[in-house]
Amino acid sequence: MATLDIISPLPGVFYRRPSPESEAFVNEGDQVENTTVIGLIEVMKQFSDLTADAQGTLIRFCVDDSEPVEPGQVVAIIEIQE
Amino acid sequence: MNFSDHRLLIANRGEIAVRIIHAAQALGIRTLAVCSEADKLSLPAMLADEVMVIGPARADQSYLRAELILEAAKQMNATAIHPGYGFLSENADFAQAVVDAGLIFVGPDANTIRQMGDKACARTTAQAAGVPVVPGSDGEIDSLEDAIAAAQTVGFPLLIKASAGGGGRGIRIARDANELAKEFIIAQSEAKAAFGSGAVYLERFIEKARHIEVQILGDGEHAIHLYERECSLQRRRQKVFEEAPSPALSATIREQLCQKAAKLAQALHYKGAGTLEFLYDDATEAFFFIEMNTRIQVEHPVTEAITGVDLVQWMIKVALGEPLSIQQDDITINGSAIEMRINAENPAKGFFPSPGRLTYLQWPLGEGIRIDTHLFDGYLIPPYYDSLLAKIIIHGQTRQQAFERAITALNETQIEGVLTTMPLHKALLQDPAIKAADFDTGTLEVWLPENLHKLIEKEKDDALTTH
Repeated sequence: MATLDIISPLPGVFYRRPSPESEAFVNEGDQVENTTVIGLIEVMKQFSDLTADAQGTLIRFCVDDSEPVEPGQVVAIIEIQE
Repeated sequence: MNFSDHRLLIANRGEIAVRIIHAAQALGIRTLAVCSEADKLSLPAMLADEVMVIGPARADQSYLRAELILEAAKQMNATAIHPGYGFLSENADFAQAVVDAGLIFVGPDANTIRQMGDKACARTTAQAAGVPVVPGSDGEIDSLEDAIAAAQTVGFPLLIKASAGGGGRGIRIARDANELAKEFIIAQSEAKAAFGSGAVYLERFIEKARHIEVQILGDGEHAIHLYERECSLQRRRQKVFEEAPSPALSATIREQLCQKAAKLAQALHYKGAGTLEFLYDDATEAFFFIEMNTRIQVEHPVTEAITGVDLVQWMIKVALGEPLSIQQDDITINGSAIEMRINAENPAKGFFPSPGRLTYLQWPLGEGIRIDTHLFDGYLIPPYYDSLLAKIIIHGQTRQQAFERAITALNETQIEGVLTTMPLHKALLQDPAIKAADFDTGTLEVWLPENLHKLIEKEKDDALTTH
């Protein structure tokens, strides 16, 4: 099965949930669409959505919730639907 | 006084940490920086006499953690803590904890921070000191008859606000008694539906208000004002471009406003630097107190430029026990000053943040120019904090001269490697309405989409926006 890396385009902090009390946007093993939001990147107090940009199963997160990310860093891996 | 036995810990980062270090060093005080892992190679960490890393990059694990700062203060043998602005600067519990640890908090006492940090309490305190507040009904209004009666004193246009609302929700406007009759009933039922309580109150609606604020300084015994700043040019309630004095006030209104502010500061037995914020209505020349900030403000340098008073040094001196030796009569306005906030944001793309490494940096030189910044050539601007990079402060004998000097200064300034809000300031300085001081707090929100084409930095590669 082909996989695709979801890469952070920005430096900042990666969040897996919309607020600390909320459920995660997606969990490992969940099906995702192109437009599925998988997390947020906070850059200088502004938040941007990070979308899957692929259809398939999100098999693994490579960055923990609330951890710093660098541009180009792999945040999650998606197994592409054939 | 001799302050050489003191050791001042700066519980902040960025340009204000640099500003405080400079002020303290000029007084012969040893400076202690605390920083996050991400700020180890920052200018305050390099300039301070001693430095300690207190936690990871995120502010809620470092700069916002009172216990980490107090532990560092203990280990570094600090005698006093300056909180700067933002972070813990208006946290009454932190101010108290500093004092309880046997240290000096550079700012007012915890009770004053608490009292003036509560909006309802601040309003009552201001009223008691004879400072006008935005006219409103005395508490909640239950019936239309009571609303019509209250409107006599509140005045039109007015806002019907849901007591349980907030952040702009649950508000209706009435411009006359007829509209009030119609809107009041709607407001009540809407409030009940949205917030579970139909309680509403009335407040005067000031349509075209300026944001004007008065600087105060006190030593706990006596307090003075240092005139006002005009901060009406705002985007999303964030100040963008400030000036002192306000170009909108007559000499008579200025004296009234500033004397009232000083009276309130005196009533509080205020210690340190503080700011009283007002709404000002050009049409009626009326001013209304809205809130108080019990800390040094970002835009303090414009006041320093026109009065010649070093506010940060005075904050430190009064905190360390030196009486305020300046009298009100010593304070006069010399010329005019503006401040341009240079942020790492792309104004052409919705002010999206632009952190990254500086590849080239050149500041302007010349008469009347002051730069408050933590930047240096090659600095890696971290993505974890706010986007303020520098404040370019320009002083002139007249407002027009300050504007002219500002244009030259911006043309000489080069910040490369990241995108900044400099194009916005270049456009503002040349805009006829801005030059004529014809603006209010709503102006910039309308101006920005209309002038978007002026905000694109042609000489810069678009690729920089995405790194």
